[in-house]
Amino acid sequence: MSWGFLRDLLSGVNKYSTVMGRIWLAIVFIFRLLVYMVAAEHVWKDEQKEFECNVQQPGCENVCFDHFFPVSHIRLWALQLIMVSTPSLLVAFHVAYRESREKKHNQKLYKNPGSMDGGLLCTYLISLIFKTGFEIGFLVLFYKLYDGFNVPRLMKCDVRPCPNTVDCYISKPTEKKIFLVFCGITSCLCIALNLSELGYLTFKHSLKCLKRYVKRGHTLKRESPKRKLEASFFLKINPEPRNGKNPLSLKNLSSKYI
Amino acid sequence: MDWGSLHAVLGGVNKHSTSIGKIWLTVLFVFRIMILVVAAEKVWGDEQQDFICNTLQPGCKNVCYDHFFPISHIRLWALQLIFVSTPALLVVMHVAYRRHEKKQQLRNGEKFDIEELKRTRFHIRGPLWWTYTSSIFFRVLFEAVFMYAFYFMYDGYKMPRLLKCSAWPCPNTVDCFVSRPTEKTMFTVFMLVVSAVCMLLNVTELCYLVVKVCVKEPRKTAALK
Repeated sequence: MSWGFLRDLLSGVNKYSTVMGRIWLAIVFIFRLLVYMVAAEHVWKDEQKEFECNVQQPGCENVCFDHFFPVSHIRLWALQLIMVSTPSLLVAFHVAYRESREKKHNQKLYKNPGSMDGGLLCTYLISLIFKTGFEIGFLVLFYKLYDGFNVPRLMKCDVRPCPNTVDCYISKPTEKKIFLVFCGITSCLCIALNLSELGYLTFKHSLKCLKRYVKRGHTLKRESPKRKLEASFFLKINPEPRNGKNPLSLKNLSSKYI
Repeated sequence: MDWGSLHAVLGGVNKHSTSIGKIWLTVLFVFRIMILVVAAEKVWGDEQQDFICNTLQPGCKNVCYDHFFPISHIRLWALQLIFVSTPALLVVMHVAYRRHEKKQQLRNGEKFDIEELKRTRFHIRGPLWWTYTSSIFFRVLFEAVFMYAFYFMYDGYKMPRLLKCSAWPCPNTVDCFVSRPTEKTMFTVFMLVVSAVCMLLNVTELCYLVVKVCVKEPRKTAALK
């Protein structure tokens, strides 16, 4: 089980994504996953071994490292990549559900199980909302835990058993900061893509519904001469109005046909 | 996800590239990515561990290393290779879009073979020509930017044996010794030369595509007349 597993899982989702979804996937694979694996992981490889405090007190270095880095940047980055990729699986599950329904009933229930309409569209929009939520959540977490994306060279530590305020030096702080900023930028880019896609899909389908509604309204207006003919035929058979109501009134005619 | 996955993604571009583009892709994978993975990574493997400063002051070594190597050569090369490879994805996406369009057209008419559609090669003309030339332009740009970044950050392409460091908390100017400086210089120069070769190939390909279009247009106009 490694990143290749996630890659294979997400490649399957690619089929059911929109164009923006595929761009998002390409950015996640190339600029986040690949950069993480071939470059970033090695920067944080010896982070605790190279973390040095100006003290000989046993345990002081361990305690200070734990105090400043409750969760390592690289592990938080990995969690972010996993959490952000998984909502896409909701779409794959929904398509698989549709296909199993068709198989069960042994008939074609959908024009194309993978087409973006109805329930699948809702699932896709929900997955976009979750992806964006996770991205923003992790960015806020990074910011809160490490006081921004800054990695200082020197940190002052006075946690027990350190005898007094001790200077602790982090290894490769500039390189770590560069990669954290890169991670933040790609995260923001992915958020922008997700929000654009959400906006685009919502607008497109609202427009479709509006067009359908307007079309239905026009169809009804075109049918009214026919209704008049039917009403006059009705009058010939029953000349007197029933219950004091005028059968030719719009209210009485429309209640039958809408 | 590793360099092999990148190879799988870019392999698709190979079919729709010119001959120069195919040579470029081969040079990229054999002389840059492979050299990086099998050799260069090992040379820089213990770079911080074997970076020694002539002082017992705790923290001085860390700070001096960070001062002289804000980002390691190896990581910068990895980023360069990723950025230089990605414009080719524009071509992959354009080809995928053309295939999708063709599939829609054929679906309305007669039966078609998906495998044959996948094997179809699109010639570099029309909108694909613009996508392809834009991708080559961006490749050249990224190569140039990274080569300049290397020059700017490391003050040239030579790795010195000795660096003098006076960053705090070092008590005074301290001598720091880089591990394997000659080997690192050789690899840096090698990667620089291959980068230059790739740039040359890209520029040649760009010129070839432009000349091809310029020559074809007058012929077409003459034929119509």
